[in-house]
Amino acid sequence: MRIAQPTAVPAVGPQQMQALVAAGRRNQLAFAIIGLACTMFAVLVLLAAFLDLLFDGLPRLSWDFMTSFPSRRAADAGILSAWVGSALVMLVTMLSAVPIGIGAAVYLEEYGGKNWLTDLIEINVTNLAGVPSIVYGLLALGLFVYQFGFGESILTAGLTLALLILPVVIVASREALRAVPGNIREAAYALGATRWQMISGHLLPYSRGGILTGIILGMAEAIGQTAPLIAIGALTFIAFLPPPPLVETAPFISLDWLWAEFTVLPIQMFNWVSRPDRAFQANAAAAGIILLAMCLLMNALAIYIRYQVRKKIKW
Amino acid sequence: MTPAIPRSLQHKWSRNIKERLIELLLLGFGLVAVFTTVAITAILVFESLGFFEHVSLWDFLTGTVWTPLFADPKYGILPLVSATLTVTAIALAVAIPMGTIIAIYLSEFAPHPLREAIKPALEMIQAVPTIVFGYFALLFVTPLLQATILPNLPGFNMLVAGLVIGVATIPTIASLSEDAMRAVPMNMREGAYAVGANKLRVALTVVMPAAVSGVVAAYVLAAARAIGETMIVAIAAGLNANFSFNPMEGAATLTAYIAQVSIGDLPHGSVGYRSIFAAGLMLLILTLVLNVIGHLLRRRYRNAY
Amino acid sequence: MVIATAAAADAVHAVAGLPLKAEADNLRFYYGDFQGLKGVSMKLYANKVTALIGPSGCGKSTFLRCFNRMHDLYPGNRYEGEIRLHPDNVNILGRSVDPIEVRMRIGMVFQKPNPFPKSIYDNVAYGLRVRGMKNKAHLDDKVEEALRSAALWEEVKGRLPELAFNLSGGQQQRLCIARALATDPELLLFDEPTSALDPIATASIEELMTELKRRVTILIVTHNMQQAARVSDFTAYMYLGELIEFGDTDQIFIKPMKKETEDYITGRFG
Repeated sequence: MRIAQPTAVPAVGPQQMQALVAAGRRNQLAFAIIGLACTMFAVLVLLAAFLDLLFDGLPRLSWDFMTSFPSRRAADAGILSAWVGSALVMLVTMLSAVPIGIGAAVYLEEYGGKNWLTDLIEINVTNLAGVPSIVYGLLALGLFVYQFGFGESILTAGLTLALLILPVVIVASREALRAVPGNIREAAYALGATRWQMISGHLLPYSRGGILTGIILGMAEAIGQTAPLIAIGALTFIAFLPPPPLVETAPFISLDWLWAEFTVLPIQMFNWVSRPDRAFQANAAAAGIILLAMCLLMNALAIYIRYQVRKKIKW
Repeated sequence: MTPAIPRSLQHKWSRNIKERLIELLLLGFGLVAVFTTVAITAILVFESLGFFEHVSLWDFLTGTVWTPLFADPKYGILPLVSATLTVTAIALAVAIPMGTIIAIYLSEFAPHPLREAIKPALEMIQAVPTIVFGYFALLFVTPLLQATILPNLPGFNMLVAGLVIGVATIPTIASLSEDAMRAVPMNMREGAYAVGANKLRVALTVVMPAAVSGVVAAYVLAAARAIGETMIVAIAAGLNANFSFNPMEGAATLTAYIAQVSIGDLPHGSVGYRSIFAAGLMLLILTLVLNVIGHLLRRRYRNAY
Repeated sequence: MVIATAAAADAVHAVAGLPLKAEADNLRFYYGDFQGLKGVSMKLYANKVTALIGPSGCGKSTFLRCFNRMHDLYPGNRYEGEIRLHPDNVNILGRSVDPIEVRMRIGMVFQKPNPFPKSIYDNVAYGLRVRGMKNKAHLDDKVEEALRSAALWEEVKGRLPELAFNLSGGQQQRLCIARALATDPELLLFDEPTSALDPIATASIEELMTELKRRVTILIVTHNMQQAARVSDFTAYMYLGELIEFGDTDQIFIKPMKKETEDYITGRFG
C-alpha cells in the first residue's frame, strides 16, 4: 500500500485562512440577523392584524352589541344570534367529535393489529386532515342537508365541524394514549382486568390531559370555521334565537333547537365585512375581536394543560 | 386422562360478549373516518356526473369563461384554476423563502430560550381563524398598498390575498422544515465542523441537503393548504371569475366560487348547483395529489434517520 | 532532555530527542458542574501514534475532543488549563483562538462513519472548498491523493460522482479518513474509529494508521486494548477523568508501573 506524500500545493496560506474565517463569521452574523428579521416580520404581521382589529372594533364592543340581533342599521346591529349559534353548534360538535374521536383513537392504539383494516383507518385519518375545509361543507350539503334531510340546521353544522376536527382529536388522543407506558397496562391485566376495564379504568384517566388538549385544540379550530358553514347555506339574515333547550311542559327538554336555522360568529363577521359601509366593517371587527379572543384563549388553555401534564407525570 | 377444566378457569360468556361489543363499537368509530372519505368522494363524484351530463368535460377543462349563473351559462373552469394558481404562487413566493430561513435559524442558530419564545408565537399565527386574516387583507393591507406603493391597486386583488395567505402559511413551512432539520443527526454536523466549516456553512451545505425530503414535503403540504384556503381569497380577491394571472386584478378561486354560489340561492339539482361540486372535485383532486406527495416525502426522511 | 513537572513525574515519561506535536498541561474540563477531566498533563510526540485507553466514562473521548474544540459546539462546557500546539507553542484552548482555525489544522475521524449526503468526490473535497480552493485541477489532485492515502482510491476511482452512502461501512470510514486527510492536518484525532466496523475493515484501517503516521501525528481513543497494543507507539491509561499512566506502548503492556494500569490491562476490571 503506497501512501502518497503531500503535494507541494498548499491549500491556503495562514493569511488567507484568517481572511476566510473572518468572512465566514461576517456571513454568519448576516444570516442570523436575516433569520431573526424574518421571524420578527411574521410576528409583526400577526400583531398588525390584532391591532387593526382592536382599533377598528373595540369602540363597537358593548353590552348592547353582545345582546342585539343583526339589523339593517349598523348602529343597532349586534351578535346575539351569532354567539348563541356558535355556542350551540360547538355543543353539538363536542358531543359528536369527542366520543368518536377518542373511540377511534382507542381502537387504533389498543385494539388494532397490523392489518389492512387498521392501515385503512389510519390512511383515511391522515388524508382527511388535508382536505380543504370547504369540501367538508360540500359533503355536509349533499349528505346532511339533503340526503339525511337535516336541512340548514344547527345539527348539520355541528356534525360537519365534528367531522372536520376529527383528525385533530384522533391524533392528539393517540399521542396521549401512547405516552402511557406499557407496564401500566400490564399491571392492570395482571390483576385480571379485561381490555376495556384496563382502558376505562386506567388508560383513559391517565391520558386525559393529552386528550383534553386535543379536544380543546379541535374546538378552537372549529369555532373559527367559516367556509364549510357557508357551503351549508348558513348565510341568511338570522334575527332570532333558536328555540330553547329547556321547556315548561314535560318532558322539559326539547331538541327543536337542533333543527333550527342559525348563524355563527365567523359568518356574521363575513356578512358584515362584505358590506362597503364603514360602520358595518366596524361591527365585523368587533365580532372578530370576540372570535379571536375565544380562539386564543382556547389555544392558551390547551398549551397550559399540555405543560401541566408534562410537568406532573413522570413515569 | 386430562382433568376437566374447573369452572373458575373457563371462559365467561357474558364478559366476552360485552368486550366484543365494545370492540365493535370502537371499530365503528374508527370507520367513521373511512366513511367520511367515501362520502366525500361519492357526493362529489355523483353530483359532478350530473353536472357533466349537461356540460362536456372538454369545455369544462379548457374553457376560459366561467359564468354559470348567466342566462347563457359558460362552464370553463380555467379562470378559477388560474386564480387559484396565481394566489398560491404568490403565497409560496412569500412563505417558502421566509419559512425556510426561519427554520434554519431556529434549528441551527437560535439559542434555546429564544427558540422556546419564538415557536409559540409562530403557532399563534396558525391559531388565528382565516376570516380574521381576510378582514386584515381587505381593510388594512390593500389600503396600505394603495396609499403607498401601488396606488392603482383595485380593492379586490389577488396580490394581497396571496401575500396574506403566504404569511399565514409561514408557520407550516417553518415548523415542518425545522422538524426535518432537527432529525439530521449531530454526528453528521460534527463531521463538517471537524473540517473547519462554520455554522452557516454546515447549515446550508450539510443539514439542508440531508433534510431535503422533509423540507420539500413541507413546501408541498403548504401548497395544498394555500390551494384549499377560502376566506382570505373570498374576502380579499373577490368573487368574480376572471381568467387572468395578473396579481393586480381581482379573481375568484375555486374555493371562492364555491362560497359565492352557496351564499346565493340556487335550486337543488340545477346545473349551477352541481357546478360547485364539479369545482369541489377539482379542488379535492389537486389537494389530494399534493398531500400524497408530501406524505410520501415525509416518510422518506423519517425512515432515513 | 524534557523535565516533567513534579506533580506529573510519575505519570509521564520524558523521551529524549523526540519532537513534540502537542502537549496538554493540567487540562481540566467541566460539563456544567460536573468535572470530566481532572488535571491531565500529557505529551503527544510528532509522527507517532498515541493511544488513549480506559474503561467507559474515564474521559478519554472527552480529552480527545478538547484537541479540536468540539466541546465548543455545545453550551455549558468549560476548559481550564492549556493544550499547546507545536511548533507555534500556542494554547489552542485560549479565548482568543478561533475554534474554526484549530479545526483547520487538526482533523477528526468519528466512531460512526459520517459521510455527507454528497458524492464521494464532494465529500473529500469538502474541507478543501471550506478553505476556498476552487481550481478544479487542484481539487482533483488533492482528492485523488487523499483517497490514495486512505487506501480507497482503487475501489472508488471509477465512481467518484456516486453518493457516499452507497459505500460499505468500512469504505465509508476510509472515506471519512480521506476527507480529514485532504486538508493536510498536522494532528489527526481518531475517536474509536473501528468500533462500528467488522474485523476485516478494522484490520485495513489499523494498517492505514501505521502508514499514515509518517505524515501526520495520530491520537486515537480505543476501548480495544489489543488494538492499542497493535497500532500505537505510546499509550495513556485514563480512569475517572485522570491520567493514570503514560508511556511507551510495549512498556505499558508488558510491565506497567501502576497497579491500576495493570489491573485494567489484565482484565481484572473494566
